[in-house]
Amino acid sequence: MPSHDVLIIGAGLAGQRAALAAAQEGATVAIVSKVHPVRSHSVAAAGGINAALNPEDSWESHAFDTVKGSDYLGDQDAIEIMTREAPNEILWLEHAGVTFHRNETGHLGTRAFGGASQARTYYVADITGHAILHVLYEQLMKHHETIDRFEEWFTTDLLQDEEGRCVGAICRNLRDGQLEIFNAKGTILASGGAGQAYEPTTNGLIVTGDGIAQAYRIGARLQDMEMVQYHPTTLAGNGLLITEGARGEGAWLLNAEGDRFMEKYAPNKLELASRDVVSRAEQTEINEGRGFPDGTVALDVTKVPRRRTLEALREIVNIGRDFAGVDITREPIHIRPGNHYIMGGVKTDIDGQTSVPALYAAGEVACVSVHGGNRLGANSLLDTLIFGRRSGEHAAERGLHMPMPTSPVSRLSKTEQQIDAIMNREAGGPRIGAIKKELGAAMNEYVAVFRDAEGLEKALEIVQRLKEQAAVAAIDDRGTVFNQDVIAAIELGYMLDVAETIVIAAQERKESRGAQFRLDFPERNDEQWLKHIDISANGSELPRVSYSPVTITRWQPEERTY
Amino acid sequence: MPEYTLRIRRYDPQSGDAAYWEDHTVDMGPKQSVLDAILKIKDDTDGSIGIRCSCQQAICGSCGVRMNGKPGLACNTHLDEAADRAHGVGWNPEPDADAETDGEADGNVIAVEPMGNIPVIRDLIVDMDAVHWKKIQRVTPWLINKEPVPEREYIVPHENMVDVTQTMACIQCGACVSDCLSMEVDPGFIGPAALAKAYRFVGDPRDAEPEERLKDLAEDEHGIYDCTHCFSCIDACPKGVDPMSQIMRLRRRAGDDYKINDRNNGNRHERSFVTLIEDYGLLHEAELLPRSYGGDSWFGKFHPSAAVELLSSLPSAIPAVIRGKLSLKLAIFGHKIPKRDLKQVQEIYKEVDGREPRVELNLYVTGYEDEEQVPAHAPHDDEPDDHILDKEAQS
Repeated sequence: MPSHDVLIIGAGLAGQRAALAAAQEGATVAIVSKVHPVRSHSVAAAGGINAALNPEDSWESHAFDTVKGSDYLGDQDAIEIMTREAPNEILWLEHAGVTFHRNETGHLGTRAFGGASQARTYYVADITGHAILHVLYEQLMKHHETIDRFEEWFTTDLLQDEEGRCVGAICRNLRDGQLEIFNAKGTILASGGAGQAYEPTTNGLIVTGDGIAQAYRIGARLQDMEMVQYHPTTLAGNGLLITEGARGEGAWLLNAEGDRFMEKYAPNKLELASRDVVSRAEQTEINEGRGFPDGTVALDVTKVPRRRTLEALREIVNIGRDFAGVDITREPIHIRPGNHYIMGGVKTDIDGQTSVPALYAAGEVACVSVHGGNRLGANSLLDTLIFGRRSGEHAAERGLHMPMPTSPVSRLSKTEQQIDAIMNREAGGPRIGAIKKELGAAMNEYVAVFRDAEGLEKALEIVQRLKEQAAVAAIDDRGTVFNQDVIAAIELGYMLDVAETIVIAAQERKESRGAQFRLDFPERNDEQWLKHIDISANGSELPRVSYSPVTITRWQPEERTY
Repeated sequence: MPEYTLRIRRYDPQSGDAAYWEDHTVDMGPKQSVLDAILKIKDDTDGSIGIRCSCQQAICGSCGVRMNGKPGLACNTHLDEAADRAHGVGWNPEPDADAETDGEADGNVIAVEPMGNIPVIRDLIVDMDAVHWKKIQRVTPWLINKEPVPEREYIVPHENMVDVTQTMACIQCGACVSDCLSMEVDPGFIGPAALAKAYRFVGDPRDAEPEERLKDLAEDEHGIYDCTHCFSCIDACPKGVDPMSQIMRLRRRAGDDYKINDRNNGNRHERSFVTLIEDYGLLHEAELLPRSYGGDSWFGKFHPSAAVELLSSLPSAIPAVIRGKLSLKLAIFGHKIPKRDLKQVQEIYKEVDGREPRVELNLYVTGYEDEEQVPAHAPHDDEPDDHILDKEAQS
């Protein structure tokens, strides 16, 4: 069985960055991913990555923007670390080969982004995540002797020893169905968010909350789970993302009456206010009847010079053409707020350590918390890279001073039985696809931009009913070669667990902050709720809720306007 | 909503059976994607159909398949577009008799099968590691940093970064590999995707070893001169990477900029085409071999290695003479075109040679033809949709 100092689960930006950092420290590294690494959903990140790299910018400014963006729920010690280390991370990427946009003098150039007081977003056209992900994979190929890649291996369980330490994972090779124990001194979860619990969502089909649920099931604490970001510009039908870069380049938002409505909601920053603010503004326009009949408002990219659009926003030109039949360089496109990102996740410290010893988490699966109630655009790539690297370094360092744990092979049999049980389910049960659709629709209706007690209660009922159905959902595939049906059944369980924790946290927070807007508690209430909501598993009962303080270093909460 | 028949190629290695076609019918909008249809079938009736997919927005590169004969991404291929292909063209099996007449009722058949040139693992899932990624690894696919590595960023012209961003836009879906004709004949060919990846480094001013890379790819008999210039990869690519154009740019860099005369004679062969057409206005086939091997002029044929090549060409030359495809007169004098036309051809050469420097920037930079003329909110004109961005002429 494979044994490594550091085992990384997930091979998007956080996972690959962690692998490179751990290998750099001299650790033996395995990186396991249920898809080929370049298919990871980091690939879809479009707009860019923030850093205060210009001499006239400062990390303090970046940090304050992030704190304000988080609606003061972000932990300021972690935010300081992220923003201080950002410039060097950009330079590391540049030296590794990322083809960042250059200005006329050949230096790195920036674009404006939401919630930022300076143009500090570095980018590659509108394929920034894609470009960085592929360059990191180039580096994985370069370092193939020190980093073992297990591509298309699905993680089913995290392993713990008697003391509760995480000692690796059980993974299934998708090509032949074989189960394998991966021993590791430290395990880093880097398997992304849970967007597929919603429909529509900008997230890919693989983004099913695996890591959040796996950690939760072995007792790790989750944090800020109620904070689910709705991106202001997603396509009406399928929820595809139109990058914030479009507004960064100068695109306007218009309601059906042709008004630039952001003048009302954010007179200073207009379209470039924080995402929660813009999404709420759009939803308000739509709810009050000033949207289009398809429940949308318009994004007008024709305000951007066509040449600039074609050079810097090429991907969304293609998306408009292929998925909406609109040439965005010639006419406005209909958009609406759509599920995009979860600020919450597995609670970690500034080195990625979770509440389970030897288990780390980095990237969207984790909650450090640098995003608090609302993440700024172009801060998520930064989060994945900074905390991916820090987790990798910390886990490697730790691994150098301890013996290799092993798990008995007998540990496999429980997982084998679970998978056999899925494979042997009787025909005629409810369909996985139908359960997933109902879950997605419920979350998108009741746990979205605007929430209230009644809707959340409904959502919880639905999630619990679906959990029962999921346990007997039908399976069509009984084979072992690329059995995607069995994987879908397991993923459905993950999504339902994550959805439940989101609803519970949203019910708990009886105020409005960041992405959580409660119609029944429309004000922010720092006295009672300037604290994180932590969620942990509680056997078969409803999850347990507890609180932890927000770390404030230098920025006291103020009123938040844009 | 129209009815579409998805004719899916199924293969289960565990069953012991050969691959077969299986029909599924769906009612869906014509602008929904082939992947939407497959996912609906998986959701509603058969979860065992194997297909890799994730982002549904043409960026993750998972869902490369062949649809009615043409490779591409299932997620950004509309049902009507896929159904309108084929019926006899490409690979749609058992075409309907009345399909030519645009039959709405039973004409909407879309055959979906795994990509070509890559072994199938199951259903629509192919073994990308065995072919695609192996070839990518062949081209040293990482930046070799120019020393000294600067303390801050490398200073690089804006245009060069935009230039390599075209190949950076490759999503490694394998569509170009699927339909590469050279690879079909020579499975060892490094291929369009990997060579496009190579250009991403050769064209990157931060790379320390463009010459070594080019030499390596020129000297390899499966390298840049193994491409037959058939354009299939350009047709196949869903992201406008234009792999063949990148291969041609690698050749120009190798031959023109670094004067690499490879042992495959690729560069000299290509030069001979160019000078022959300049000299004669049309290709003079009999002169091609001697010039490629003996030197790029009329005297090339007197070089010993040209003689060897000429001798070795006899087995194909003699039957050509016998069948009247080649005559002594044609072999000596070549095709004739009117003097006036020849002069015009030579004018083109003068015009192109007179350009300084050689224009090598790609679609991201050049040719926004109608920027000023078209007012915002103008109705759609009928420009072909995959040419929103004017492409560099294939020189």
